[in-house]
Amino acid sequence: MIKFKDSINLALDHSLRSNNRLICFGLGVNDPSRFFETTKKLLEKYGENRVFETPTSENAMTGIGIGLAINNYPCVMMHQRLDFFLLAMDQLVNNAAKWHFMYGGKKSVPITIRLIIGKGWGQGPTHSQSLQSWFAHIPGLKVVMPSLPSNAYSLLIQSIKDPNPVIFIEHRWLHEISEKKINKKKIKIGDCQLLSKGKDLTVITYSLSTIEIMNLKKIINKSGINFDHIDLLSIKPIDYKSIKKSLLKTKNLLILDSISNPICSVGSEIISLISRDKDIKLKNTPSMLTLPDISTPTSFYYTKNYYISKKDIIREIMRLTNKQIKIIIDRDLHDVPNPKFKGPF
Amino acid sequence: MKKVSFSKLKKIYENSLKIRILEETISREYKKNKMRCPTHLSIGQEIVAASVGILSKKEDYFISYHRSHAHYLSKGGDIIKFIHELHGLSTGCSKGIGGSMHLIDLKKNFYGSTAVVSSSIPIGVGLALSKQLSKEAGVVFIFIGDASIEEGVFFEALNFVILKNLPVIFVCENNSFSVYTHLSKRQPRGRKIYKLVESFGIKSFFANQSETIKMINTINKVISFSKFSKKPAFIEIKNFRYLEHCGPNYDDNLNYRNNREISFWTKNDAVFILEKYLVKLDKTFNHKEFKDSFIKFVNRIFRKIYMNNKPNKINLKNFVYKKA
Repeated sequence: MIKFKDSINLALDHSLRSNNRLICFGLGVNDPSRFFETTKKLLEKYGENRVFETPTSENAMTGIGIGLAINNYPCVMMHQRLDFFLLAMDQLVNNAAKWHFMYGGKKSVPITIRLIIGKGWGQGPTHSQSLQSWFAHIPGLKVVMPSLPSNAYSLLIQSIKDPNPVIFIEHRWLHEISEKKINKKKIKIGDCQLLSKGKDLTVITYSLSTIEIMNLKKIINKSGINFDHIDLLSIKPIDYKSIKKSLLKTKNLLILDSISNPICSVGSEIISLISRDKDIKLKNTPSMLTLPDISTPTSFYYTKNYYISKKDIIREIMRLTNKQIKIIIDRDLHDVPNPKFKGPF
Repeated sequence: MKKVSFSKLKKIYENSLKIRILEETISREYKKNKMRCPTHLSIGQEIVAASVGILSKKEDYFISYHRSHAHYLSKGGDIIKFIHELHGLSTGCSKGIGGSMHLIDLKKNFYGSTAVVSSSIPIGVGLALSKQLSKEAGVVFIFIGDASIEEGVFFEALNFVILKNLPVIFVCENNSFSVYTHLSKRQPRGRKIYKLVESFGIKSFFANQSETIKMINTINKVISFSKFSKKPAFIEIKNFRYLEHCGPNYDDNLNYRNNREISFWTKNDAVFILEKYLVKLDKTFNHKEFKDSFIKFVNRIFRKIYMNNKPNKINLKNFVYKKA
């Protein structure tokens, strides 16, 4: 069995080994917990010149990464929470995203920025934001959000090899997700994965929502509902061709955008694309499940009805397919990825 | 400390004269509405860039901010591509995509200039780290203004430079204004920028551009310090821009600057001070020929553009991402 966090570690190890100019840095990279165990043994193998701790200076460190990257030192920069990276928007948006463009293609910026999104255990307003649609809005950036160990492995390697800035977003709850073994097949940035096939409905997921629907697949299938499950993997570029292909068949859409707030979200972008496409005629109005337009509260009691639950998903699928699903009794606590998880972050 | 030699001083003079001629030509021609981008001219401040350009080495890198014409030109940045860039032509140094505020000439190790205040500082620091990692010779000159000291990223970057002992020389041109806002409204009275910076643990220097020869020697001292001690350094240079913050005109009719200050700086014009000094040292010193031929060269570039000012078509989409 291999966990998501180990696949990230393997991809970093592979990349550092195959490119001796690659640099990795961030607060916590070499700390005792080794960045949620994703950077373990890298310091020992590649030394402190290539794998180093940084001052708590998100903005400058991003610029320093850009300076390295434009002078032939590709970088992986990492933040244990996405929220802290907001201090670096000037460097990301004004420089990393535009350097190749604004000097007429003279230099590109091969930098990969790993951002971790938190959820549950009271992560609250400033430890749980998932702002993939912010980043996707900026020309010049790519946004990648893996869901399983295999695609995380392949996509991290591809992101590092990419000559452009890539925002690589990991949901903290994915770190303990495991697969029997890693499938090392190359996945191109911009390609989605079709994880199951069916004619009743198209369900689009990414990152953690992929796991949420996979956990329900058996129950749904048992009730005679079969669906195309599209795991986006890449938010930008987005694989619209595959989405369209599926919708021409199922004519029925649920977007599980469950880690995101609703306004200008990945889900609303997909709905915008299909509503402007004259070939697509849906049976139902397209559906999307998101968080409310409210920041994440901290309290266990307040988050209970804040996150999208299994019940919410089942109910929506019953409505869209007009079929009954045997309602499950959900005994899982809503604020932990597994019963062993005791935070703190 | 050895004083800067006559031949070097002569080169600095020619370098600053070139910049002034170019900038004055841009100021004049701007009114033809062919250069359609925000343009921050360096007139009055040329000598700092001109000195660093001559006293630094080819392998040193420059990185700069919005008022970067002088820095680009002093490093030997391609003049034709520069003027084409201002005209938005695809033959410009940034293919007309960047304009006046986004200049680059990698052949000359001018790594770029960009508009947001202090935004280019950490990039210069990253370039210095790349030099340190590859054990490459030379330092990175990071040009900044007095307002850079008001941005957090400057201190973040400074901290890292000192922490890693990176080959960086900060050149802070203090012209007292951030657009129209005087330093006294932005920083506490009596603060000395170079003293503040020094307290972080970096060797810092100060010079006043109106004492031109002394300033040139101080810049030389900073460069020698960096070379021999292998440590980063900071220099603050007090100077003054003649024209408006952005655009081709004088704007002192707006009365945001003190008359005494304006007349002090125009009376103590650094390019003329240096010229007089050179004549004093060598009665035969004559720059007329140099000046005339350079003016001709510049005028020819503008004329050619006016004769045929259509850019080649480029597909902007091809510049958003580099192809993998």
